[in-house]
Amino acid sequence: MLLSLRNESAGFAGRSVLSGIDLDVREGERLALMGRSGAGKSTLLQLIYARLAQQAALVPQAAALVPSLSVFHNVYMGRLDRHSALRNLRMLAWPAAAELDAVRQVLERVGLADKLRARADTLSGGQQQRVSVARALYNGRAVVIGDEPVSALDRQQGAAVLRRMAETHGTMILALHDIALALDYADRVVMLDAGRIVLDRPAASVREPDLLQYYG
Amino acid sequence: MTGRSTLTYGRVSLGFLAAGLLALAAADLGVTVLHPGIELARLLAGVLHPDVLAVGLRGVVLTMAFAVLGVSSGALAGFGLALVFHRVRYFCAAIRSVHELFWALLLMQVLGPSPAAGLLAIAIPYAGIFGKVFAEMIEEADLAADRVLPPGTGRLSRFAYARAPVLARPIGNYLLYRLECGLRSTLVLGFIGLPTMGFELESYFRQGHYAQAAGFVLVFYALIGTRRLWARPVTLPFLILGAVAALAWLAPPVLGGSAWTALGRFLFHDIIPRPFRPGGGAFLPWLWAILRDQAMPGLVNTLVLSQLAMIGMAVLALALFPLVAARFTGRLGRPLGRVLLVVLRSTPEYMAAYVLLQLLGPSMLPAVIALTVHNGGVLAFLMGRQVDDVVLRPDAPRGLDLYCWEVLPRLYGQFLAYVLYRWEIIVRESAIFGILGVRTLGFHVDAAIQELHLDVAVVLIIVTGALSMLIDAASRTLRRRLRVENKPVRLAAA
Repeated sequence: MLLSLRNESAGFAGRSVLSGIDLDVREGERLALMGRSGAGKSTLLQLIYARLAQQAALVPQAAALVPSLSVFHNVYMGRLDRHSALRNLRMLAWPAAAELDAVRQVLERVGLADKLRARADTLSGGQQQRVSVARALYNGRAVVIGDEPVSALDRQQGAAVLRRMAETHGTMILALHDIALALDYADRVVMLDAGRIVLDRPAASVREPDLLQYYG
Repeated sequence: MTGRSTLTYGRVSLGFLAAGLLALAAADLGVTVLHPGIELARLLAGVLHPDVLAVGLRGVVLTMAFAVLGVSSGALAGFGLALVFHRVRYFCAAIRSVHELFWALLLMQVLGPSPAAGLLAIAIPYAGIFGKVFAEMIEEADLAADRVLPPGTGRLSRFAYARAPVLARPIGNYLLYRLECGLRSTLVLGFIGLPTMGFELESYFRQGHYAQAAGFVLVFYALIGTRRLWARPVTLPFLILGAVAALAWLAPPVLGGSAWTALGRFLFHDIIPRPFRPGGGAFLPWLWAILRDQAMPGLVNTLVLSQLAMIGMAVLALALFPLVAARFTGRLGRPLGRVLLVVLRSTPEYMAAYVLLQLLGPSMLPAVIALTVHNGGVLAFLMGRQVDDVVLRPDAPRGLDLYCWEVLPRLYGQFLAYVLYRWEIIVRESAIFGILGVRTLGFHVDAAIQELHLDVAVVLIIVTGALSMLIDAASRTLRRRLRVENKPVRLAAA
């Protein structure tokens, strides 16, 4: 078992956001976290990331790039913990060819290889989101936790990015709002409503109308 | 609803207006020179034939060197202070509440009219300002990327990748903008004897050599006007190196054994209150006499002057800000409006007051005009910049109707935020104008230093600092209660 939550709750400023959460995640699962906005998806993801931080890469809701740095640097940031501070400093000024290559390969997988040297703030919202995904891919940890990681992409692009993520990350825990996309790429669907888990089933046994009722 | 009376934009405006009228009744605004027209005509003749060749290169280079080194060492210290700001908040407030001219007057007692005195006089108050502003920038910065970094990332890497690049631009912009303020401060330090352009400028003004003085002022405007050309992130290291070389070569430091003796005498004798020295007398009567005879009258005059200047600034700004808004002046008129406002705001108010005092004679009038013009120019510039950002419906009215019905109502909260922010700046400047002879707090500070009563001067400077901290707190409270505390107020912002 990778993660086991028992009767967890969370809240901000005295207001309860999550309550009575029981959730087990096994290695290799692809879990889609769903629910209308305000249901507690982001809070649950934070809770999960706090438990799994050593093994997980994060794709946050906003792209969270450093606008004045290049795409290369923003992706390289996913591995700052693997290198010495000195090497990281040197990489800021003179990126090594090997690292440039490695980052370019990751960017190719999200279709942005030509933007390697571009400044992050010159990219569109969808491109920034893909850089954020690339940073998580480059991070290389086995689990990826994503809060709407493809929300700024169209369905085809989003599907392609999810497929790439699935290739390298054994375990995925993603908040998604696109039901069709979730049913295609997840093997398990967890629905949140008002801070509680109201549905937790294998994706194969769920059809779209079953989920739509929670968005009513 | 809370029990407190509600504060509205209107009530606060009326309150300041009432205070201004009260000050008007108390102020002495006469023109005491018999024929101001004659001197004014000579001044205008000088302005029309400026003698730029009178400007020595040495003064220009030293002015830039003082400004660059003073501001950048202040910034360096300020950055350190910002990192531990929660512990040094009041220290920062204290060192920036004392004007650079007061710092200079005190430091010159120890170091003489030396480069070190000038540098420290700028670096110390600027460190307090930088400390506060950098701390705010660190707080406001978008550190989203920092939170996504993999756990275990070292502190240095974290800083270099996720924090420094985010902070570099606002901090760099602010530092370069502050160079402009540093130039003005440096010029003014020359008026009290430090070897900058202001030193020669003052003597030309004093002797009525207006053509030469106008040449100096023109060169100074050129320095400020071209700031964006020579002060850039890439030129900064060269500026700093050049400044060090220039100061070492043109104004060799006179620091030696004598300076340490002077510092010892200053710290352990001169500024120790007289009652605590041998044969001194009782402390409380001594303190009371200073507060009654110098601090109180100085305080009243400082407030009278500053409240008048507040009204002048507000009226001037409301009248002038359409000049820099394309919506009012059109694409062609706006550059002209900009030039006018840049000249107004680049004129150091201390220099303007000095010149006007010569023309109009000693009263509060020159100081009021100088403060009104400089601060009104700054405020109009800031307001005008916001007008073109206002989104109007396509069928919005034009001209005066547009101003009164659409623009002013939308911007009035921002206007009050700016006015309240500049309140403390105006009070600090009002106190300083005493050095020129207006009987505000600075007058008594200057007199005490002339008489070598440094202990008295220190008490008065502390009173002045306390006053500006009090005004700062009042301004903060008003901005919070008017709910305009989150509007931008810094000249360099946006």
